[in-house]
Amino acid sequence: MDFLRPASWEEALAAKAEHPTAVPIAGGTDIMVEINFDHRRPEYLLDLNRIELLREWEVGEENVRLGASVPYTQIMEQLRAELPGLALASHTVASPQIRNRGGVGGNLGTASPAGDAHPALLAAGAEVEVESVRGNRFIPIDEFYTGVKRNALQPDELIKTVHIKKADGPQQYSKVGTRNAMVIAVCAFGLALHPETRTVRTGIGSAAPTPIRAKEAEEFLNAALEEGGFWDNGKIITPSIAKQFADLCSAAANPIDDVRGTAKYRRHAVGIMARRQLGWTWEQYRGADRTLEGAA
Amino acid sequence: MAQNTRTVPVGTPTEVTQNHTKGGVGESTLRPDGTLKVTGEFAYSSDMWHEDMLWGQILRSTVAHAEIVSIDTSEALSMDGVYAVLTHEDLPAAKNYGMEFQDTPVLAYGKVRHHGEPVALVAADHPETARRAAAKIKIEYKELPLITDEASALAPDAILVHENRDDHHSGHVPHPNIVHRQPIFRGNADEAAKKADVIVKGEYTFGMQDQAFLGPESGLAVPAEDGGVDLYVATQWLHSDLKQIAPCLGLPEEKVRMTMAGVGGAFGGREDISMQILASVLALRTGKPVKMVYNRYESFFGHVHRHPAKLYYEHGATKDGKLTHMKCKIVLDGGAYASSTASVVGNAASLSVGPYVIDDVEIEAVGLYTNNPPCGAMRGFGAVQACFAYEAQMDKLAARLDMDPVEFRQINAMEQGTIMPTGQPVDSPAPVAELLRRVKARPMPPERQWETAGEGPDVRALPGGLSNTSHGEGVVRGVGYAVGIKNVGFSEGFDDYSTAKIRMEVINGEPVATVHTAMAEVGQGGVTIHAQIARTELGVQQVTIHPADTQVGSAGSTSAGRQTYMTGGAIKNSCEIVREKVLEIGRRKFGSYHPAWATAELLLEGGKVVTDGGEALATIADVLEDQAVEVEEEWRHRPTQAFDLVTGQGNGHVQYAFAAHRAVVEVDTELGLVKVIELACAQDVGKAVNPLSVVGQIQGGTTQGLGVAVMEEIIVDPKTAKVKNPSFTDYLIPTILDTPTIPVDYLELADPNAPYGVRGIGEAPTLSSTPAVLAAIRNATGLELNKTPVRPEALTGTL
Repeated sequence: MDFLRPASWEEALAAKAEHPTAVPIAGGTDIMVEINFDHRRPEYLLDLNRIELLREWEVGEENVRLGASVPYTQIMEQLRAELPGLALASHTVASPQIRNRGGVGGNLGTASPAGDAHPALLAAGAEVEVESVRGNRFIPIDEFYTGVKRNALQPDELIKTVHIKKADGPQQYSKVGTRNAMVIAVCAFGLALHPETRTVRTGIGSAAPTPIRAKEAEEFLNAALEEGGFWDNGKIITPSIAKQFADLCSAAANPIDDVRGTAKYRRHAVGIMARRQLGWTWEQYRGADRTLEGAA
Repeated sequence: MAQNTRTVPVGTPTEVTQNHTKGGVGESTLRPDGTLKVTGEFAYSSDMWHEDMLWGQILRSTVAHAEIVSIDTSEALSMDGVYAVLTHEDLPAAKNYGMEFQDTPVLAYGKVRHHGEPVALVAADHPETARRAAAKIKIEYKELPLITDEASALAPDAILVHENRDDHHSGHVPHPNIVHRQPIFRGNADEAAKKADVIVKGEYTFGMQDQAFLGPESGLAVPAEDGGVDLYVATQWLHSDLKQIAPCLGLPEEKVRMTMAGVGGAFGGREDISMQILASVLALRTGKPVKMVYNRYESFFGHVHRHPAKLYYEHGATKDGKLTHMKCKIVLDGGAYASSTASVVGNAASLSVGPYVIDDVEIEAVGLYTNNPPCGAMRGFGAVQACFAYEAQMDKLAARLDMDPVEFRQINAMEQGTIMPTGQPVDSPAPVAELLRRVKARPMPPERQWETAGEGPDVRALPGGLSNTSHGEGVVRGVGYAVGIKNVGFSEGFDDYSTAKIRMEVINGEPVATVHTAMAEVGQGGVTIHAQIARTELGVQQVTIHPADTQVGSAGSTSAGRQTYMTGGAIKNSCEIVREKVLEIGRRKFGSYHPAWATAELLLEGGKVVTDGGEALATIADVLEDQAVEVEEEWRHRPTQAFDLVTGQGNGHVQYAFAAHRAVVEVDTELGLVKVIELACAQDVGKAVNPLSVVGQIQGGTTQGLGVAVMEEIIVDPKTAKVKNPSFTDYLIPTILDTPTIPVDYLELADPNAPYGVRGIGEAPTLSSTPAVLAAIRNATGLELNKTPVRPEALTGTL
């Protein structure tokens, strides 16, 4: 195994172009596990740790430009207001040591359905900036996950940043595991209210071959909120709407039975998380946030 | 002596010297290894290094049951850096080993009987080279039908896991796929059942728990000039290893010199051999030191687990709450090799009644041979599975009788003088009712601890914890109780002894005692209390603990809660003999100067010979001068008897330990997630030799019981008999967020038969913790829950 250590982003892109099978490594929290378990022996490892720009972030008007290697700890501590869903998700990632090393780029690169960041990115809305010697492009998060542990990257491309929409309303994130900390998701759910566009977005993790949005559930809820004037009147969402939303989220899941949980449980838990998060975020919207937004 | 010519490898444990002015029996002296372990400086067995050493690597079977058609090692052998590739054909002597039965192949021959069985062995100059070479070995298997449970083991046409058995249980078992069967009959259960107003039957399933010690199996074998081997290894019982290793190497025991290396936890999982023989074979074959270290994945295949069990119970009670009878059948899955299954069967049978008075019982426990992973010793040893079942039964009976579950248990609680189903009287304190009273009397932990002033909920205090699944929704509190009984020490007529060599001499004008035993310090704190005992008995301040090795007699295993009793007892006994010798020297030297030398009761205290009236007669330094006194003696607990193979009668146990728990849990009833809020324990410890260590043992045992209640299970695919979760990613053990407050209330009711009155403490808390948590979850959910661990699916109807 050759260990490539580019000193700059340009060198990294050149190395990836020359060795398209090279596996990028930053925090190593996924890759090292796979290597230790002998699940894969890549010909080349491409070490991105010398590339400073991957560890930088910038808060813009609309988006947060998050470097692929910004560790979860910093997201939790520095970006709680701008990216509340992702900050909550970051909090559930493994242990403090892993959170100090791992970043969103690794979750996206591995594209495991169990990656903790995915539901939060799907719910917030994001674009993944990828680059190669041929140039850069932005992949909408909805089009990023293409299969089990597969993503839309070309072999010569590297993940540079993720442009995540700044929160314009409350966001939530939950993960079910059979331990109260340091656990891989049995399933996960993220929800974001977007009062500016009067839409709700969701993300489901570990309950389908890829991270997915519960689009039918979103469409149903968007219509129901509009119809009932909820965004303006800030009324409590009726239990029947919440239940149907939760049921549609459950239905969106397409889980499997495995050693961590049954498909039936995963579908059930997605519904419970969806209903609870709708309650939590809506309560928050009805309270201080809505008056700040000046929705009326 | 060969010992003096050894090259001592880096990382070999050094002598632990304690130098306190106080620190005798009953004080919470601090561990000499504590700071080193907390700061990461302690040398564990995996840290050892030797110049020119090679690395050993095992190739393990990828299937559970198969004939080995062929093994091709040629490609592996041709690799650069590879020094040896061995199969069973290359073994120098005996091909099998085992603690109770010699049924375990050093390297598989003929067939493999479980997933992950060692088949071939590599030594190379780098661990990665060794791993790659092992992967190049080609093995052709012809798969055989699988034996995975009682039905397949005992089917009329069942394939035999072991043919031609000749072990000591093979003559009496009803089927060759049964390792051992122990029935116990007392009274007349059918007749007594007629007096019952309620009868409760239950079927319970206990999952396969792993010891999950943090330091994986590892050690270093160094070939010696005399053709022998010096072996540094982390184990629970040096001399039991030695007895099994030497015949497989074709060496006399004195040529296999073993030294204890730093142990990273054990819990029963190091009682069997792991890499000891294999590393020695490679060292002797290559003439080079060989180190072997399992990684975490391999560790799950590298040691036995707790027996999974099916338990069938029937209890009856009168309407005033008196138990009438009990019938039970306990089926323990021993897996492919016997390990200590037969003893686990004896324990499960003899303790299946629990700490209750029931005169009329019919008990049967069997241990199976299957193609599942081998199971053997783990903290609680057969009593854990039984306690899970009989405590569930007690709650069901109390509910049927509309009685308080604690009161119902107290009505039936065993006490001193109770006769066990084996006919053995309980002849020391058995404060079962009192322990229950104490945990019940504790104030309840406050409700809704997740609520904070003004801000959002503190999710750490909620089921789901940091995963943020509930802000209080669906959360219901439940409370449950359990109590258990565990035997202490080795039972059923086993000649259980320990050996202590004590040396007393004067160094720089100060009397110093050296304690040399083969006791395995596996984290239980033995080295701490050994020094305490020597200080108390010999009146010296300075005690040196010699590293444990086989240059002294056996200490027996660090298991069955026996070391403080047994090696503590051996040290006390040897110290008493040393004391007499010191006094004898003193009498000869100074007897004529003071009449008290002849007339008074004399003690050693504060470095002096003193009378029982407190008068100092001489310093120990003056008595001994340059003379050293050294004593090595074996010490035994009172003898026990085998259980009769038909009636189960016999005084089989040495001592009993009792603990009770109250569990307070909060369950997210919609998501099926559990947060244990508090697990209060009350236990009789006989005598707290080191109170801090006592509390630590009880809290640790309690947590291990919690683990198997809500998360810990090795999952074996019934279709393939393969382990599905051999990693800490999917075999979950409790984190600190899963560990509740554990208030400990211990009694010190001395056992008159035991040194200082001690009672083994490490195991009892592991028994009652699990059923208490289960009872609390049942209380919160109203569900029956007959299987442990409780998974979210069982709480949400989504199995």
